[in-house]
Amino acid sequence: MRYIPHTAGDVTQMLERIGVATLKDLFVEVPESVRLKRPLDLQESASETELLREFKTLAAVNATSETHKSFLGGGAYNHFIPAVIDQLISRSEFYTAYTPYQPEISQGTLQAVFEFQTLICQLTGMDAANASMYDGASACAEAVLMAMRLTRRKRVLLSKALNPRYRAVVATYCRYLNLELVDVAIADDGRTDLTDLAAKLDDSIAAVVAGYPNYLGVIEDVAALAEQAHGAGAKLVTAVAEPVALGLLKSPGELGADIVVGDGQSFGLPLAFGGPYVGFFAVRQKDVRGMPGRLVGETTDLEGQRGFVLTLATREQHIRREKATSNICSNQGLCALMVTIFMSLLGKQGLREMAEQNLAKAAYARQQLSAIKGFSLVFDGASFNEFVVRSEEPVAEVLTRLEGAGILAGIPLGEEYPELADCFLVCVTEQNQREEIDALVAALQGGAA
Amino acid sequence: MTIVGTSGLILNEKLLFEHSDPGRKGYSLPKLDVPAAELPAELCREEISGFPELSEVDVVRHFTRLSTWNYGVDSGFYPLGSCTMKYNPKVNEVAARIPGLAFIHPSTPSHLAQGSLELMYRLQVALAEISGFAKVTLQPAAGAQGELAGMLVIRAWHEARGSKRTKVLIPDTAHGTNPATASLTGYDVVPIASDGILTLEEVEAHMNDDVAALMVTNPNTLGLFETNIEAICKLVHERGGMVYCDGANLNALMGIARPGDMGIDVMHFNLHKTFSTPHGGGGPGSGPVGVTEELTPYLPGPGVEYDGENYCIEATRADSIGRMMAFHGNVGIMVRAYAYIRSMGGDGLKHASEMAVLNANYVRARLEGVYDLPFTSRSLHEVVFSDKDLEGDCHTLDVAKRLIDYGYHPPTIYFPLVVKGAIMIEPTETESQEVLDEFCDAMIAIAGEARDNPALLHQAPVRSRIRRLDETTAARKPKLKWEKGA
Repeated sequence: MRYIPHTAGDVTQMLERIGVATLKDLFVEVPESVRLKRPLDLQESASETELLREFKTLAAVNATSETHKSFLGGGAYNHFIPAVIDQLISRSEFYTAYTPYQPEISQGTLQAVFEFQTLICQLTGMDAANASMYDGASACAEAVLMAMRLTRRKRVLLSKALNPRYRAVVATYCRYLNLELVDVAIADDGRTDLTDLAAKLDDSIAAVVAGYPNYLGVIEDVAALAEQAHGAGAKLVTAVAEPVALGLLKSPGELGADIVVGDGQSFGLPLAFGGPYVGFFAVRQKDVRGMPGRLVGETTDLEGQRGFVLTLATREQHIRREKATSNICSNQGLCALMVTIFMSLLGKQGLREMAEQNLAKAAYARQQLSAIKGFSLVFDGASFNEFVVRSEEPVAEVLTRLEGAGILAGIPLGEEYPELADCFLVCVTEQNQREEIDALVAALQGGAA
Repeated sequence: MTIVGTSGLILNEKLLFEHSDPGRKGYSLPKLDVPAAELPAELCREEISGFPELSEVDVVRHFTRLSTWNYGVDSGFYPLGSCTMKYNPKVNEVAARIPGLAFIHPSTPSHLAQGSLELMYRLQVALAEISGFAKVTLQPAAGAQGELAGMLVIRAWHEARGSKRTKVLIPDTAHGTNPATASLTGYDVVPIASDGILTLEEVEAHMNDDVAALMVTNPNTLGLFETNIEAICKLVHERGGMVYCDGANLNALMGIARPGDMGIDVMHFNLHKTFSTPHGGGGPGSGPVGVTEELTPYLPGPGVEYDGENYCIEATRADSIGRMMAFHGNVGIMVRAYAYIRSMGGDGLKHASEMAVLNANYVRARLEGVYDLPFTSRSLHEVVFSDKDLEGDCHTLDVAKRLIDYGYHPPTIYFPLVVKGAIMIEPTETESQEVLDEFCDAMIAIAGEARDNPALLHQAPVRSRIRRLDETTAARKPKLKWEKGA
């Protein structure tokens, strides 16, 4: 086996040095009764050539943005990935390193995380960000738990327009913590219903949680949500599943959010059937010591040189055990590095330009689609790169029909929103050329005619 | 003796933000081919204050230089105990980047995602076979999230039977994630003492009608097999509890023994340990969970199913604890782990465990007598020493830092907590006898230095780019981001 260097001679020498006769003698402490008495029933080992052939065969039957015109979004987005990213993260000093517990030989990772934390703060308008969470959904769940700890309250208001997958993960995390999750309705314009919110807010509420933009593609009035939440002493958690929007939109921090979470997948991570992606988590200065996850801080070494270390670890599981702010250990370090490289490349201008392109392409698609007979737009609140389309033709049929034309037209909404069973969610990014959008429109039109 | 540590030309590098120059660009986007659009002005931000402006070359050079300040498995020996820092095969990286696997959207309809679904299904089946469990979920993103999923499953099982138990037993050798997870599942933690391994008597003394589960690690963090595991599982079951196993140390047991056959009910895997996926400087990992038949209804959902013809994302199950992640988990890591399993085959996995155990015992044989060995029963994949016998007022931390000067990543230190000044060494199977010999020579030399010239240890490391850092000030006055002019 090419990953294991031992020759038969090595094994003999080593056993001799240990003072046992056979390899089996090394396992004397494993009782006979639990030993596996047969070989593992797995396929026999594949050579590199065979392996890649097998994987390519599997890959070939998948539909991707390379085989289809894709308008799928809903929390995972098809964006431009600069070639630089994969080249840099393929440096094995980055990807084969462990968590930077030994700072003297981990300054590369540590400085990059410090830069990631800084960029996330700049992007979200917040004071402090951690070194990453698993994904946007689990970051959202951790934000709810943090709000509960900060307020010592036990009820949380979740906007129905928050990504349903985020809502589901919040529910899983809170399952046995005596927390009550209460839905807030969606208003006619597609934003969280402020009247319903006002009616449900009282001094038992730990947090209000809403997307920005929300799952229906609509841009929430974060300032109004913050004002209402704060009026009742609750925290506002803002979840950003599509951070490209923050290239244009006012930052949640500027609008009054207390905790900003989200997913960095849009910033240079391949779709990869759902992961690995990367959650980000940002808070106000006063709440830093209550946040989950790793933090990197700047300090100096014995000779006065600038250096970086993991810090405020007394919040974490390896020190605090059952009293830790979270059980998280491994995070999504390499993905956070990808996001850091992406933001470095795009920079101030690039992120804005990319956001403007998303806005323009989606606006063009919206306009074209709304003109087709049998299809209409559902919400008139301002949107970024996603929007909901209502169809007279059953949604499943439309989507299947368009698959036949090589188009993944969108995500059906009926399962999560029975009242939107005749609707689907369309996402248009800078990756969709005008011809693709025109093809989508033509194909939809084809059925209606 | 060959000292692999040296000091070469190490380049300084500023922070990204300190390189920034207004007007520089490091990206290219296609020309906009539709009319521009605008949002209402009140929704729009000013330019992002402080965001960098860099050329592509600036960025590439910046991160390349940073990478040279790191130490990875590809740089050298990485004997971190309980972390299983084995070699990360390169073909796995190539496999995960195959476009059909890398660029598929997670909401792609199942019939257009058969390749990814089949791969995930095959991985589920392979992991179930390796571990002896009835069913495996791939959703959790890392070991700790796997623990959470597993403990939620146990709690859901109790709740379904109307059982309102409130406590979880956790041995003092456990990873910190175990008690943190128990809390997150709404349980109170009862720490139990172990004498190297858990005794039936100790478990029996704590196992009552209020205990929902016992969380064990097997082999435990001392590298010792829990020889009473069967009797312990039987006892816990008789008294109405479940047994959770932290699978961090599965690398000792592949093809040798299966946790599912020992009476364990739930276990998480760390694909980034046992199954060779890279640790990425802190992640991403992947923490699948295996359970017995009885617990399958409660697994996180949705999972991947096969009906004999097609692979699909299963429908919502009423008893499922729900979703752990927005989508299907860290699929890119699953691809790498499955590539590893296919490369190794069943025999290869068993060989890996045997060589991992051989390596740990070899290191133990070479260092025993030089460093104190607090537990003397046969080690499996890792061995724990202490700093008790070190002279010259030198401690574990000093040994760790001095190892850096010799060119090694230090072992896990001060863990497990039951050993004062613990030095926990897990060589893994991918290291040769020569590498182990060089490392052991360094460890022996360091013990000698502690006696003869302890200053060498106290000052270490001296060959690294930076010296020991002031962690106290970092925590007292946290500076967690760059600020202009600060």
